[in-house]
Amino acid sequence: MLEIVNLHASIDNKVILNGINLKINLGEVHAIMGPNGSGKSTLSNVIAGHDGYDIISGDILFDGESVLDFSPEKRAHLGLFLSFQYPVEIPGITVSNFIRTALNEIRKAKGEEPLGASPMLKMMREKMGVLEMDKGFLSRSLNEGFSGGEKKRNEIFQMAMLEPKMAILDETDSGLDIDALRIVANGVNSLRSNRNTFIIITHYQRLLDYIVPDFVHVLFNGKIVKSGDKELAIELEKRGYDWIKKEQE
Amino acid sequence: MSDNDKIIDEVTSSDYKYGFSTQLDSDTLKPGLSEDVIKQISLKKNEPQWMTDWRLDAYQIWKEMDEPEWANVNYSKPDFQKISYYSAVKKKQIDSLDEVDPELLKTFEKLGISLDEQKRLSGVAMDIVIDSVSVATTFKKTLKEKGIIFCSMSEAIQEYPELVKKYLGTVVPKSDNYYAALNSAVFTDGSFCYIPKDVRCPMELSTYFRINEAGTGQFERTLLIADQGSYVSYLEGCTAPQRDENQLHAAVVELVAMDDSEIKYSTVQNWFPGDSTGKGGVFNFVTKRGVCEERAKISWTQVETGSAVTWKYPSCILKGDNSIGEFYSVALTNNFQQADTGTKMLHLGRNTKSTIISKGISAGHSHNSYRGLVRMGPRAKNARNFSQCDSLLMGDKCGAHTFPYIEVKNPTAKMEHEATTSKIGEDQIFYCQQRGLSPEAAIALIVNGYCKDVLNQLPMEFAVEAQKLLAISLEGSVG
Repeated sequence: MLEIVNLHASIDNKVILNGINLKINLGEVHAIMGPNGSGKSTLSNVIAGHDGYDIISGDILFDGESVLDFSPEKRAHLGLFLSFQYPVEIPGITVSNFIRTALNEIRKAKGEEPLGASPMLKMMREKMGVLEMDKGFLSRSLNEGFSGGEKKRNEIFQMAMLEPKMAILDETDSGLDIDALRIVANGVNSLRSNRNTFIIITHYQRLLDYIVPDFVHVLFNGKIVKSGDKELAIELEKRGYDWIKKEQE
Repeated sequence: MSDNDKIIDEVTSSDYKYGFSTQLDSDTLKPGLSEDVIKQISLKKNEPQWMTDWRLDAYQIWKEMDEPEWANVNYSKPDFQKISYYSAVKKKQIDSLDEVDPELLKTFEKLGISLDEQKRLSGVAMDIVIDSVSVATTFKKTLKEKGIIFCSMSEAIQEYPELVKKYLGTVVPKSDNYYAALNSAVFTDGSFCYIPKDVRCPMELSTYFRINEAGTGQFERTLLIADQGSYVSYLEGCTAPQRDENQLHAAVVELVAMDDSEIKYSTVQNWFPGDSTGKGGVFNFVTKRGVCEERAKISWTQVETGSAVTWKYPSCILKGDNSIGEFYSVALTNNFQQADTGTKMLHLGRNTKSTIISKGISAGHSHNSYRGLVRMGPRAKNARNFSQCDSLLMGDKCGAHTFPYIEVKNPTAKMEHEATTSKIGEDQIFYCQQRGLSPEAAIALIVNGYCKDVLNQLPMEFAVEAQKLLAISLEGSVG
């Protein structure tokens, strides 16, 4: 599904990604962990097509096709979703209006008819139920005045609505209390299937108690330096990142 | 310059450069302005003597005045002796939409304008099979039953001279300003509306329903009178691009809101703004003002996206106690457009209230200024004003300016003023793109959200069209 081949990327002439190799198949959940500044958010931005980064070398393949020249929206149309670490506010645009616009843009790109108001609303209610969200959410201005937890829940709600093939969750757990974490994790788990895949970027093992990954990777200095299964995450939680850093020196 | 721009440019400027000298006939006056010209206009319109005298008086006043220079706009002043002030020459008749510029049709399509409406707007001759004609007929019948008068100004001068005589020039006097004086001297037509006592006008009044009379003139004059306890909502303009052979537009709109009445006046202005290099375009110098008697309310809502230069300040004189004035405005400038627009809220009566919400959007090399005056007179006990002036900048070559003027002569008056300036964030655009929106769609969405408080004031269908219009007006401003 997603293949990253020896990817090098920089921002303002500073190299951040230093040869990333990663292969993800449908149905898999991969966790990427690593200390601050290791390049986790850069990786998710680069996969999503943010134009603030220079790709020095390497490739990103989506279903075997290189997407490096694709705009962010084209990647979204192919089924890529990024749950942002810091979702932006768009004053005056309601959550429901935003999601309707996004969903129909993606449908349009696929050559499908726009979804009508009534099936749309039905779908929204259903997904909101899973995420235990209040109906009033729909008519609020997108992310404006939302608490940290509400913003993250709203990201997962959008993901549930857009049904992406590949979702990257960038530190979705930060700013969530234990209850919200459980609800969000339940939401993600309910979407897991053999038709999609997830990359979960996190600092902590905590989220991985709820969303059990198939693979865990450690990112350090822009490189994946260790890969394993969920046991690796538990070890990291116990021992921190220092031993990894030492191994690299 | 694209072909479209060329065509529009030719249409908007050619008549100006050369006047009507090549096609003079008995129904066109030679360019130039004089007492004689005004007498001829009045004569051609078969006007009563009082109207002729009124015009001549305005002309004398205008001659003594200077063109204002205080606005934050730059343009070469029109030569008033090169304008023909009266022309009954029909525009070239087009027989089918195939002859209309395809770019223009594309824009119509984006706006979702019906075929019949497209024909009307692009000047295609229309035959008998038009839905809107029957709509208009039913419409007129309903209005008549309620005693509502809605006709052209020329017709009103003939049919309702007492009403016209009583109110014309009472809100915007002939001597008010340079362009108002000019308009008073030479106006050719416009709309007249009278809502009788305690009548609630059952539909949105729109020049659209006057179909064949709808051609907006260069010097339009509108007078709207809401008698005691009545209500009316009036729509002016339309979202479709309007081409016009006249470069200078100087309209005057007067609203009279008697005790306990309410007038809602909505405008969408989309005159040709000039091409992307700043060539051509309409100068729109408009005077709009309403007077509120006791407990009356006037609400101005405007979406201004067109014209090369806009100079416009829809205002309220809050004369009666407990009267209310509102001003909701979106002014969008792109390329080399310049807008200096805002409002005046003149609080004379006690417990008068006013609200100002102004949203400016500047893109390209344009300049967008808000200019507003709030004056609380000595008698305006407990008067209240709330003003919010926001500016949104796109790119780094445009300018946004705010000129708020405040005069308070009563110690019990309260005023609040809020102002913000923001830019569309790249992170906002990326966020939308990640959700599948193109950068253009993202900007349209963000701009519509920003303007929501104003767009919400527009009647439903108008609001939907205005949203599309904002998106179209910003096309090509990203990247």
